[in-house]
Amino acid sequence: MENSTLITIEALKKHFLTMSGRFTALNGIDLTIGKAEFTGVVGPSGSGKTTLLNIIGSLDSPSEGRAVVLGQSISDLNVKQAALLRRSRLGFIFQSYNLLPVYTVFENVEFPLLLLRFDDSQRRRMVMDSLEWLGLTDKAKSKPAQLSGGECQRVAIARAMVKKPEIVLADEPTANLDAANSHHILKTMVQLNKEFNTTFIFATHDDKVIGYLRRKISLIDGKVAKDEFTNN
Amino acid sequence: MIRFLLRGILRDKQRSLLPVVIVIIGVMLTVFLFCWLRGILNDSIELNARFNAGHVKIMTAAYAKNVDQIPNDLALIGVDTLLTKLKKEFPDMKWGQRIHFGGLIDAPDSKGETRAQGPAVGFGIDMLSGDHSEIERFNLEKSLRRGRLPVHSREILMSEEFSRKLKVNPGDTVTLIGSTMNGSMAMSNYTVSGTIVFGTGPMDQGSVIVDLKDVRNALDMDNAAGEIVGYLKDNYYDEEKIGQVVARFNRLFPVSNDEYAPVIITLRQQNSLGDMIDEIKGIGAFAVFIFVLSMSLVLWNAGLLGGLRRYPEFGIRLAIGEDYSHIYKTMIYESILIGLIGSFIGTSIGLLISLYMQKHGLDLSSMLKNATILMPAVFHTQITSAAFFIGFIPGLLSTVIGTMLSGIGIYKRKTAQLFKELEA
Repeated sequence: MENSTLITIEALKKHFLTMSGRFTALNGIDLTIGKAEFTGVVGPSGSGKTTLLNIIGSLDSPSEGRAVVLGQSISDLNVKQAALLRRSRLGFIFQSYNLLPVYTVFENVEFPLLLLRFDDSQRRRMVMDSLEWLGLTDKAKSKPAQLSGGECQRVAIARAMVKKPEIVLADEPTANLDAANSHHILKTMVQLNKEFNTTFIFATHDDKVIGYLRRKISLIDGKVAKDEFTNN
Repeated sequence: MIRFLLRGILRDKQRSLLPVVIVIIGVMLTVFLFCWLRGILNDSIELNARFNAGHVKIMTAAYAKNVDQIPNDLALIGVDTLLTKLKKEFPDMKWGQRIHFGGLIDAPDSKGETRAQGPAVGFGIDMLSGDHSEIERFNLEKSLRRGRLPVHSREILMSEEFSRKLKVNPGDTVTLIGSTMNGSMAMSNYTVSGTIVFGTGPMDQGSVIVDLKDVRNALDMDNAAGEIVGYLKDNYYDEEKIGQVVARFNRLFPVSNDEYAPVIITLRQQNSLGDMIDEIKGIGAFAVFIFVLSMSLVLWNAGLLGGLRRYPEFGIRLAIGEDYSHIYKTMIYESILIGLIGSFIGTSIGLLISLYMQKHGLDLSSMLKNATILMPAVFHTQITSAAFFIGFIPGLLSTVIGTMLSGIGIYKRKTAQLFKELEA
């Protein structure tokens, strides 16, 4: 199941210009990530986790080396092509949920499908399916302000999963949740990963998340310090 | 997508209500200002046209050169023939003869000795032939303060202020002392039939109005008139139509060296009215321009603040895969919608206020008591077809320009920072 490669990263470097000179966030990363992996990029702050996630998510491009995601070289994508890749094949989950406050749960989950121009009936069916996977059917008409933190994050997952992306990128998804909600969210993601063969890539230093990972890529100072598979 | 955006606009009051209110207020002021300027312009034109200038005026070339001195010795003669020809050649025009004259009004005491005297500016107009056109143009029936309009020969109307100054009442006899067309002294007695208030400074200070035939008799101006005034039949001054009338008149009466030959002068060419019309039009255009500019700045600022408030929303939309240009376009669509709604409501309110002011006007007579130029004392607005869409220019344009300016910030957003920005 985890054999076909979705992401290939070779000799990847990312530099940033700062006031004090050039800062290297990623310094020669080599990785492959396959289909249906449940992988985490772990490490202390400043180790390059988010930068790596940015590049995989076509939000940023490499300074050197190569990052091929779903067959597309990130360096070669222009702004519109990068947006299209994110829109059609990638899902994002953020630490702070980032739901649109004036819209209902249904509408928040519907938004990515509007960008993909699905018709009304298809959208409705896909949104309801997604809400059902996350146990949010009864909250469809609620606004984000009426939900708990755990429910908000479940809505964010539903929004990321509604278009059935091949890869979901999650940056510290449990950072704002208590332990019970964190476990609930993580179990849901494991279930979705198994059910839809969606690749999940986390950037995290939360032990609760690490406990669920099947592969742990440890970054230190922009380099892969350890890449290990677990028995989860 | 459009429905989705509409729902967002309707639910987010700061995104809809606030900008809509700003646009409504701005558009309402624009429409009212426009109608107000049109009203002042139209009232002034109409007042000058009715009392003095006509839409066109025909005089002898020599009279036209010295018109301020009212030189009746240079008046048109053979007016009946000329009028017949004008009525035949210009069926879309209404014509009227007038004699302006100056003189003294003498009010005698019971013994016939001079009790009071004052300089007067007189109008000889047709009041007794049965044609009520001139009575209507001078609005005499509504302007009557005391007494009645002349119904017999040798009756005179005096301005109320002048009659009080001379302590003359309806029924009293006054003497007009002036000069005939030939330069000899003219004296004739009239019975005051009534007093009038026009509501405009110069006309209310020392005017008298006498029937045309009586003036002709008094000033030895048989079959003569100082001027023939012409009006378009719909009473609305239209520069294009008047231009055609002038061109046709000049073909019928080519310019010659004869200083007694009739010449035609338009309303624009009299009393600097042309300059006034251009100035008011210029001021109107400038006011609308300034308004568009200031509204753009206000809405740009509102757009910037709105953009800051919606920073996370745009971030998540970029991350999800919406491209910069699509977000920018949706912001512009929103602004078009807000501009249209605001402009529609603002125009409606502006028109309602203008309609009220068109009907009732604003009475400034107390401020214009000592005015020396012919200006209306009650200012009205005037609703023209342009008033229905003029507000959409600043309302829609400013909103869209403001959004376009503030929305440029979207393109400066770095997607690489989104994860960090959205963690806050």
